[in-house]
Amino acid sequence: MTSVGQALKRKEDPRMITGRGYYTEDIQLPGMLYAVIVRSPEAHATITSIDTSAAKERDGVVAVYTGEDLAGDFAGPLPMVWAPPGVEINTPEHWPLKRGEVKHVGDPVAVVVATSRTAAFDAADDVIVDYDPKPVVVDPEQALEDGSPLVWDSFGTNKTHEWAVAGGDFEAAEAEAEVTVEARYVNHRTSGAPIEPRCSVAEARAEKLTLYSTTQIPHIARFVLSGMLGIAEDKLRVVAPDVGGGFGAKLQVYAEEALVLALAKRLGRPVKWTETRSEHMTTSHHGRDQISYVTLTAKRDGTVTGCRARIIADLGAYQQLLTPFIPTLGFPVMGGCYAIPSIDLHFTGVFTNKMPTDAIRGAGRPEATYWIELTMDKLARELGMDPLELRRKNFVRKEQFPFETALGIVYDSGDYHGSLDRLLENFDLDEFRSEQAGLREQGIHRGVGFSTYVEVCGLAPSRAVGPQGVGLQAAFYESANVRVTPTGSAIVYSGISPHGQGLDTSFAQIAGDILGIDPQNVEILHGDTDQGAWGWDTYGSRSLSVGGEALARAARKVQDKAKRICAALLEAAPEDIELTDGKYQVKGSPDKSMTMAEISGAAHIPPAELPADIEPGLEESSFYDPENFVFPFGAHACVVDVDAETGKVSVVRYVAVDDCGPAINPMLIDGQVHGGITHAIGQALYEQVVYDEDGQLVTGTFVDYALPTAAEVPGFETDRTETPSPTNSLGVKGIGEAGTIAATPAVTAAVMDALQPLGVLWLDMPLTPVRVYEAIQAAQGNGAGPPSSQQGVRLDEHGRGSAGSGPTAPDEGGAS
Amino acid sequence: MGATVRICVTVNGERRESEVEARTLLVYWLREELGLTGTHVGCDTTNCGACTVHMNGESVKSCTVLAAQADGAEVTTIEGLAPEGGLHPLQDAFWEKHGLQCGFCTPGMIMAAADLLQRNPNPTDDEIRHGLEGNLCRCTGYHNIVKAVKAAAANEVPA
Ligand code: FES
Ligand code: FES
Repeated sequence: MTSVGQALKRKEDPRMITGRGYYTEDIQLPGMLYAVIVRSPEAHATITSIDTSAAKERDGVVAVYTGEDLAGDFAGPLPMVWAPPGVEINTPEHWPLKRGEVKHVGDPVAVVVATSRTAAFDAADDVIVDYDPKPVVVDPEQALEDGSPLVWDSFGTNKTHEWAVAGGDFEAAEAEAEVTVEARYVNHRTSGAPIEPRCSVAEARAEKLTLYSTTQIPHIARFVLSGMLGIAEDKLRVVAPDVGGGFGAKLQVYAEEALVLALAKRLGRPVKWTETRSEHMTTSHHGRDQISYVTLTAKRDGTVTGCRARIIADLGAYQQLLTPFIPTLGFPVMGGCYAIPSIDLHFTGVFTNKMPTDAIRGAGRPEATYWIELTMDKLARELGMDPLELRRKNFVRKEQFPFETALGIVYDSGDYHGSLDRLLENFDLDEFRSEQAGLREQGIHRGVGFSTYVEVCGLAPSRAVGPQGVGLQAAFYESANVRVTPTGSAIVYSGISPHGQGLDTSFAQIAGDILGIDPQNVEILHGDTDQGAWGWDTYGSRSLSVGGEALARAARKVQDKAKRICAALLEAAPEDIELTDGKYQVKGSPDKSMTMAEISGAAHIPPAELPADIEPGLEESSFYDPENFVFPFGAHACVVDVDAETGKVSVVRYVAVDDCGPAINPMLIDGQVHGGITHAIGQALYEQVVYDEDGQLVTGTFVDYALPTAAEVPGFETDRTETPSPTNSLGVKGIGEAGTIAATPAVTAAVMDALQPLGVLWLDMPLTPVRVYEAIQAAQGNGAGPPSSQQGVRLDEHGRGSAGSGPTAPDEGGAS
Repeated sequence: MGATVRICVTVNGERRESEVEARTLLVYWLREELGLTGTHVGCDTTNCGACTVHMNGESVKSCTVLAAQADGAEVTTIEGLAPEGGLHPLQDAFWEKHGLQCGFCTPGMIMAAADLLQRNPNPTDDEIRHGLEGNLCRCTGYHNIVKAVKAAAANEVPA
């Protein structure tokens, strides 16, 4: 029986359910010191003085350093790696400790190192920093206006860059359009908020530095940090032990990682830094924070002819690793699942006095899906057409795959009609509508929203996103090394770096089947730069479709060699050896067979002379660079109840159909979908990183930044269709972000459907009780409604908010 | 070092004595002094529940209890929930039902669920969801956690 396709219980779990997991914070090294960072309470200021004398005198304090003190310890600043051809991106120098000026609340200005955690915290309080405040800007649209305070005087503008991509003739589509709809959407700022805060432990032994860190990207981190420290890569080992969730927040090389390394090197003792939750909210990068102005053009019959989006992305005060690139990452799917002949996209990045944004689960694609899906709904209203019918009419048809979009992106495979049909088998819309009508008569406001999504993942074909493509100064192939031990276990090192996805299990299933070894005896190693080949780590739902394929290729090479050894020993031709039920046997002679343990034993300790062209040992590697991305897709339906008295939204039912190709382990897929949807429900209903107009962070703890609890989400009804990808031999696509990408429009559309009888036409996320309540009140003529969820939006002469943000704002655009 | 106190706590059935700074939180004493690192810290505001342990048979958030307050108490952590080498039905059920992904919330979640089942051996889905409201999980969407707790309650998994 093959293991692939089975819901194998996870190999990771026994240690984790018994408290024997090994997370970075669990590491205690002899003589270890604790670092605490002194951070700016100002959003924008000049540092006029730093007095560390009182802190240095405290018991247990080993050292206190400012940015000046450590200036010579770094050979380079924290890098940003996007250099799109022909586009200049304003990129300020970004050092681990700031000298001169601070640009956002939480900017690090000094570090205290002490023999205990408490001593370090006490001393950090004694570091006295004087600041001369400067004007602050927090709203990205305001930041683009003439006369706005500047985050960086040196650039003379808050604009970081513009980037555009287009295909087809949108202007013609607009000129000929029978119907045009326009809308403004806000995808507010969110936090990744893994339950494990960040932590880094650095150790120096003679020349060799080791960094244990809560990172998704140990390989990239070694590359970047060795450069920052000015040391050779062989002198730095980066280890990602068990990592307690990432969600993009740990897809970063952070100032603190560079700092603990510099400190350990300087002091000759191990140094640990652990983030507090409020530090996470303040200084682990944020996500989203985009405003999109969207136009769809169509014919009266519902054929969509063009899509234009003008996107303003609030990047915060610095450029982190991928900051300016992230808004762009959604561009390949900005036409959604629809065959739209013209697409015209334009992005503007903006500095504000806030923490930088970067990748958070979905990274650019949730934003894209949100606006295309909600604009399709709006177009359907405008046309008086059923929104699902409109979708069906414009879906790329099954027989059109591989489908080249107007932007020249090739959607690999899909069956969008099929997934919507399956969704409607699982969710009876007619029944729902009659139930809804009945409930409305009783004053219960129930609504349904749909999302039919396609996403792009499997980062990535290096030629598409690397220097010769969109310009990331990186490549995105993946590596794997497969070795079989003399007694027939397999040890695999993969260049990915999972942090909760269960890849130790699914990779063991893939390798086990190919090798003919029980997956329980396949150990998957990763996240230790001294153990294996260079890899590009885990993010962007790439691990399975890129790393899994690399693994399969390496395992097949091992299988080939095993067959050759087996053939030699059984005196058969290699092509006559087949692997059946875990045995390598001669075709047609099941009695002539060997197990992998026997073959590997012979490979390591040959019982007879093997042919001269067979080297001893049984180990192979592979590097795999995909030809294309993969494009998972699906259809989701969300049902909500809105309490008009309180504004509270409850998700009462959620039905999802996803297609990520053939399942390696269906249990893991469902788990990823559950978590992804919940993350998006969080964004749609509860979570928002809020800065006030002075740039002070209002949501610094889990009290103010509300993650959904078990009581806020329903059980999920999941189902799958399986359309293989032609991109890799396993046919697989990614699933880690699909739920997050699909769900915000479904939830939002459901709330709008519920609120429709109350006259509320539109409301930006997050759909918190107070915002929903104010919107209902405003629709009934009481009050002006809630402001747009974007930060610091000016009060204009009509009151609060701006276009598209308030419930009383007209459903602007409309038929033309 | 500030004022210290001498404490004696029975942890996972074993008497442990030590001299701690008065302000030491129970969670740090367990993790750093006793090396019981299964109990985690995920927040500063008593919201996440990653630090949940049992004190005198009831679940507490050990980030919000001083080690000194545990003096004389019996404390059970995830490491002591089942006899060495065995699994508590909840541990088994979390494994069986895929109730964990990164595993960081898991020890606290299991300890909170164990307390819930002691008080309510046959909870409905809704009671489980509300009973675990004090424990955050960013990975699983709670769906399989609820299934695991139900399965453990129904003895669907071998103890
Ligand atoms: S650490 Fe979050 S509740 Fe204790
Ligand atoms: S399993 Fe990762 S936080 Fe719950």
